[in-house]
Amino acid sequence: MIRLVPRSDTPALLQVATPVMAVLATMIAGGILFAIMGYDPVAAIKTIFWDPLFGLAASYSRPQLLVKAAPLILIASGLAVGFRAGIWNIGAEGQYIIGAITGAAVALAAYPAPEMWIFPAMVIAGAAGGWAWGMIPALLRNWFGASEILVSLMLVYVAQRIAAWMAFGPMRNPEGFGMPGSRNLQQYPAASNPELIAGTGAHWGVVAAAAAVLATWFLMSRHIRGFHIRAAGTAPRAARFAGVRPETLVAFCLGLSGALAGMAGLFEVAGPAGQITDKVGVGYGFTAIIVAFLGRLHPVGILLAGLLLALTYIGGELAQLTMNLPAATVQVFQGMLLFFLLGFDLLTRYRIARRVTA
Amino acid sequence: MIDAAVFQAKGIGKSYPGVRANDGVSFTVAPGEIHALLGENGAGKSTLVKMIYGLVRPDDGEMVLNGQPHHPADPRAARAAGVAMVFQHFSLFDALTVAENIALGMENPPPRRELSDRIAQVSQDFGLPLNPARRVVTLSAGERQRVEIIRCLLQNPRLLIMDEPTSVLTPQEAELLFATLRKLADQGTAILYISHKLEEIRTHCDRATILRGGRVVDSCDPREHSARTLAAMMVGGEMRPIDRSGRQAGDVLLQVRALSQPAPTAEGTALKSVALTLRAGEILGIGGVAGNGQDELLAALSGEIRSAPGTILLEGADLSRHGPEARRSAGLLAAPEDRLGHAAVPDFSLTDNTLLTAGARKGLVRKGMIDRAAARAFAEAVIRAFDVRTPGPGTAAKALSGGNLQKFVIGREVMQAPRVLVVNQPTWGVDAGAAAAVRQSLLDLARSGAGVIVISQDLDELLELSDRFCALNEGRLSAPRPTDGLTLDQIGLMLGGAHGMEVAHL
Repeated sequence: MIRLVPRSDTPALLQVATPVMAVLATMIAGGILFAIMGYDPVAAIKTIFWDPLFGLAASYSRPQLLVKAAPLILIASGLAVGFRAGIWNIGAEGQYIIGAITGAAVALAAYPAPEMWIFPAMVIAGAAGGWAWGMIPALLRNWFGASEILVSLMLVYVAQRIAAWMAFGPMRNPEGFGMPGSRNLQQYPAASNPELIAGTGAHWGVVAAAAAVLATWFLMSRHIRGFHIRAAGTAPRAARFAGVRPETLVAFCLGLSGALAGMAGLFEVAGPAGQITDKVGVGYGFTAIIVAFLGRLHPVGILLAGLLLALTYIGGELAQLTMNLPAATVQVFQGMLLFFLLGFDLLTRYRIARRVTA
Repeated sequence: MIDAAVFQAKGIGKSYPGVRANDGVSFTVAPGEIHALLGENGAGKSTLVKMIYGLVRPDDGEMVLNGQPHHPADPRAARAAGVAMVFQHFSLFDALTVAENIALGMENPPPRRELSDRIAQVSQDFGLPLNPARRVVTLSAGERQRVEIIRCLLQNPRLLIMDEPTSVLTPQEAELLFATLRKLADQGTAILYISHKLEEIRTHCDRATILRGGRVVDSCDPREHSARTLAAMMVGGEMRPIDRSGRQAGDVLLQVRALSQPAPTAEGTALKSVALTLRAGEILGIGGVAGNGQDELLAALSGEIRSAPGTILLEGADLSRHGPEARRSAGLLAAPEDRLGHAAVPDFSLTDNTLLTAGARKGLVRKGMIDRAAARAFAEAVIRAFDVRTPGPGTAAKALSGGNLQKFVIGREVMQAPRVLVVNQPTWGVDAGAAAAVRQSLLDLARSGAGVIVISQDLDELLELSDRFCALNEGRLSAPRPTDGLTLDQIGLMLGGAHGMEVAHL
């Protein structure tokens, strides 16, 4: 008989190995799924994981990697800080949408002014919008003990309704012939978030994501606040004894992750997306949760995991185009990835033992 | 009589990776005997009784119960064979009544009414006042223990194992317990009594088996030996006597005035106009049974709970509204009772655990930046000065034994040279050697001119350390009395020892 025995210590190797095992298991399970559906599993996996980087269309899809990874990494960096403290912001998608709206609002209000301050002001407004949306669950938790998991998640749907209202109402492009959606910020130089180096896909969001990785690494490993966050996550009473006020921590973590998600939304709307529509939220906020966990809540891990998840987006699209794989492929893959990760994570806390039955 | 032994262990051995927990342990418990298992923490007492109770299986040797070979596969089998055990930590459900809790622990509980009658009968017979209809959450520690004991007695055990039962009791409650145990023994039940409290073993036990390093080092009639000799057998050498000299009370350091605080949680205790004064060089002992506001008082002093303005003054400065960090900077330090999870983060290294409290006073954190080299150096200094047995400062706190972690936690605070140090249960679950080291460090700290408050349930410890004694009872602090000339009986009454003494209303 096989049973699970709790480990007293997690081998460092397993910490790194389980995400890799999860990725491999996802490929295998995904391959089996494709085979059942009548596709060539090897070709499908190759299309998703290999072709975007090294295939025929790689010159088109490689820049997409940074475009997709940047928001994921930016959001996941903030989420991971909160997750370390045991504060579960599940609503980054909502904070992303609100950040996109508040950031775009600055641009639309300033249109067509050409001044240099407009784009920085949009970034600040985007971060502020995301921060404010994150503070709602924070304050409700601090004042009434409401679960930040539920409140932040439900606020995603509120944000989506607000985005739709904006796209059809106040933010609708007056010169758009009645079409829903705001002005396209890509066509407004002072407000646009262009590709900084041609052919790389790197826009300001990529710079921000890199900065966020560095900053959160610094915070978590060198700064006393990061120490307090880690302490609060594993031993809340000890953190309290050290001088951490749980309320302050809740506000800090939800505010930080909200601000970063809001920034991500702004960079997207001012760059690749270009305009506020009712479909401003494309799921980065949810996928970033997978990125955070796949990256072991560690900044470097998040960097790698963000790139991998971006790959599944691009590869999934490619597989749709070239092999007629269904559009849900990406979501199935991402779901399986999280599932296998959580499953293999069991091995970091338990070891498998064979019981000799008496 | 001897051939009719209730229980016999013959050459019992048990190894864990890296440790020989028990080695060739043999002893015999006769019917009607209260038999003490005496030894320091880590001497192998717990492993031994776990084997008798079927929680752990011995590697070698054999056990005999009532003339039958005894090798239980699990506690259920042990219970069926006639072994019952009362653990140090109770396994009761707060929300359920006494009767419901007892029914949960039985193999075939009788109908509710019959069970209540039997509980009433047993509690009458053995002088254990207890109302079966009461909810466990409302019971004192002593009463909770009675629930556990009655649960055991309903199985008519041949051998009853008690694991450090008096650590949570007032002296009066302990007396009541011993009266019960004696009645049981007189009816022929054998009792295996685990403790490291020498006085109670000397007064109440018929026989003592002394364990050290997993082996039986001696077996004696404890009544014929002094506590000193027993201690020497237990630790394998003379205990260094505590040095109380060289202290004199100086200026007032800490004043607590009319400190009232609602209970922080549903299970907590409210503090009711607590007042105290602490002078330099003085040790103030605060006694009381657990759950009477000790944790709350420590939290109010450490700053985890903020109180009304003007309630807590350190050298005249009002710290009532300040958090733990500001209080530490001012010189008011604390060490909570729970080492793992409160005074230290279990998963963090010792180096990281210095950052929990010593950041400001030892310059380990400057402008928010962690100086890891300084933290490591400080951890090493604590390890050296307090003889913490550990591979190094990189070891996780949870990997240390209780005594070693406690030395580290106390050392971390003492070495910050506090003006006032407040400690809660500084030697709970700590072996005798480490306990002596911790106590001596508190005395040395007071001698250097600091004020120390020791909150403890161990009255011997309080009498040994403190100059003045007050009792904490249901959130109220009694007026202090000089410790000299105070007897255990007087202390017991101060603690509200009358608690539960009247026969329960059944």
